[in-house]
Amino acid sequence: MSGFAALYDTFYNCFIQGDRFKLFMLSGLKVTIQVTLCAAIIGICLGALMALVRVTHDKTISIMRPGFASVILKAFNWFAKMCITVIRGIPVVVQLMIWFFVIFPFSRNGIAVSVLAFGINSAAYVAEIVRAGIMSVDSGQMEAGRSLGLNYIQTMAYIILPQAFKNVLPTICNEFIVLLKETAVVGYIAVSDLTKGAYIIVGRTFEAFMPLIAAALIYLLLVMILSWLFGKLERRLRASDTR
Amino acid sequence: MKKLVNILLICLSIITFSSCSGAKNDNKLIMATNAAFPPYEFYEGEEGVGKIVGIDAEIAALIAQKLGLTLEIMDIEFDSIIAAVQTGKADMGMAGMTVTEERLNSVSFSTSYATGVQVVIVQENGPIQSLDDLFDKGGFSIGVQTSTTGDLYSTWDLEDEGLAKIERYNKGADAVLALTTGKVDCVVIDNEPAKSFVAVNTGLKILDTEYVVENYAICIAKNNNALLQKVDKALNELIADGSVQKIIDKYIPAQ
Repeated sequence: MSGFAALYDTFYNCFIQGDRFKLFMLSGLKVTIQVTLCAAIIGICLGALMALVRVTHDKTISIMRPGFASVILKAFNWFAKMCITVIRGIPVVVQLMIWFFVIFPFSRNGIAVSVLAFGINSAAYVAEIVRAGIMSVDSGQMEAGRSLGLNYIQTMAYIILPQAFKNVLPTICNEFIVLLKETAVVGYIAVSDLTKGAYIIVGRTFEAFMPLIAAALIYLLLVMILSWLFGKLERRLRASDTR
Repeated sequence: MKKLVNILLICLSIITFSSCSGAKNDNKLIMATNAAFPPYEFYEGEEGVGKIVGIDAEIAALIAQKLGLTLEIMDIEFDSIIAAVQTGKADMGMAGMTVTEERLNSVSFSTSYATGVQVVIVQENGPIQSLDDLFDKGGFSIGVQTSTTGDLYSTWDLEDEGLAKIERYNKGADAVLALTTGKVDCVVIDNEPAKSFVAVNTGLKILDTEYVVENYAICIAKNNNALLQKVDKALNELIADGSVQKIIDKYIPAQ
């Protein structure tokens, strides 16, 4: 019995006393979700844009007439490639600190800086994922669309991208899971997310077990919900595959 | 089969018990510390290889001498020191540790042997020019190092009262960096590191009034009253004959 009492004491000390769970972990959870969601939206938009530039360049530059348009496309392609190389080549913690301490040294809004840093970091990965998805669609689809009289943009929007989207869904889900877990490093720039919240409780109570396990379980739950949602979406999109 | 299990169990319990009583080993005094807190404890020479020196190490050596024991220093994470003392892996913890209510729930503390001072660093021409500004005007953001006493005190005094927002950095240096670029309005931190931060960053100053004066003490397991009494007696003698002050003066020269 005393074992249980001791366990309850630790639990009380870690979570209930001084409203610690609410103060540090729940508010931290809110920050984690906020940063992940906003960063994911930025990542999807920027990443898809970069992927389109890259694919359009690779597929059409050889048949394009030299002129203004081809120069612009080349420049955009070079820029997208450079961004992807630089962002994929630097650890996300280092990027985060560069954004916070070097690029925006006067900003007081740590959450906004983390959203930007993680959004752009995620965009680089999403760009490559989406590019792989578009490349995996048979080139006959593009030829068919064009010979039916659709232009390049219409073929992309109505024929290629819907198929590509279905192909990349599992990998995109993977990327968002990684993003969610990577946000655990925002504590470096004094943003109190879930991990930092748990860490603060450890520092206050000298009990490592309960706060860390609680944080782990919450992350696990979030990831399970995320993959369940993506699984549902995948099944919904696959409904038209077999008829 | 049953016999074999019994023998195994006996062996196991012997191993467990002997390792439990290991700390109370005949003539050793094991001190847990975190040797990354100059001038109280730090490595002389190479990190992790050299000898641990500092105010705490020298006072502990004198205490061990008085008790007729040999001192053994165990270098672990600061957060684990109390756990090490509670479980008997170490006899006492000595790491520039401040006596707080919460720590008193877990361990006993000896007489205080030194004082630590928490100060406030501000920008020279910033909005905070005295402690009163900080408390009366309100609404400032304060940089601290996570879970240090500066963090604890400013959380209780200011954040819980809704008077300020606490930004918790992993390193004191990061908090000071944030202060120099105006991300926070002030930093609450130990006096000794504060002096070196202000020395290398122009445009910063330490407020004249101390934020808090805290007492450093040795922590000892709650069920080890005998040792607590012995250590207290030795420590009081050392304070009375001036040896403690001599050691502190050696590491922290008076200005």
